[in-house]
Amino acid sequence: MIHLLAEASPSYAVPANIAFGITAVLMTYSAIRVVTASNVVHAAAFLVVVLAGVAVNFILLGAEFLAITQVLVYIGAIVVLFLFGIMLTKAPMEGEERPARDNWLLGAASGLVFLGLLVYALWDGFGKDKLPADLAPTSTGALSDAIFGGYLFPFEVVSLLLLAALVGAIVIARRD
Amino acid sequence: MYLNQFLMLAAVLFSVGVYGVIARKNGVMVLMSIELILNAVNINLVAFAAMNGALAGQVFALFVIAVAAAEVGVGLAIVLAIFRNYKTVDIDEVDLMKG
Repeated sequence: MIHLLAEASPSYAVPANIAFGITAVLMTYSAIRVVTASNVVHAAAFLVVVLAGVAVNFILLGAEFLAITQVLVYIGAIVVLFLFGIMLTKAPMEGEERPARDNWLLGAASGLVFLGLLVYALWDGFGKDKLPADLAPTSTGALSDAIFGGYLFPFEVVSLLLLAALVGAIVIARRD
Repeated sequence: MYLNQFLMLAAVLFSVGVYGVIARKNGVMVLMSIELILNAVNINLVAFAAMNGALAGQVFALFVIAVAAAEVGVGLAIVLAIFRNYKTVDIDEVDLMKG
């Protein structure tokens, strides 16, 4: 099957597409479980699967530095922060009685409508546009040149934003 | 690989995140759904960067990751403050400004 597929169109990257298909199925399932799981710790675990899938997608797209950053920042820091939040707020561990609000049907409807619109617009706009066949990994050097060259000012603004968010989080969360 | 396969996957993630933001009761779960949405945006940015051979998309994806980290920090602090004052993280219970 794979052999036939490769013979049919030489430009079709078979291993990359198999990897994409597996991660896409896993990510879709896990994302739906994140928003429907009644146990919040399970939801955090499924969120890890989605974030790792995004990192795999970054590697498929040749963005290796971003994939590493995704694993470090999201899986390493943000998920741990979420687990601390779940622990400190004593959110029910053994399944809430009703995980969804009363208007969950409205939420599902708006999600589906939004998905339909997006799929239509994307199919209409990009159709069968192909990514470049020789998708080389982006060198981290070039990326750092871009950040510390043309994007230096936005980068500094982001660092200021992080500082402000840190101070703000401490002010909001401290007990006094 | 087609450009659209990445964009469609990001669209699915985005829509699932929108559902989570609207429908979940737990404040921490709402923040997790926002993370789903931001990751969908990141996939889009990197896919277009690969399509056009431009680096700007990857730089902006890095910015989005940094902003997401800041957002989670402040968001969880707010959820903690709500929990301390209301003894719950159910966002339906927090209706002080309801008319």
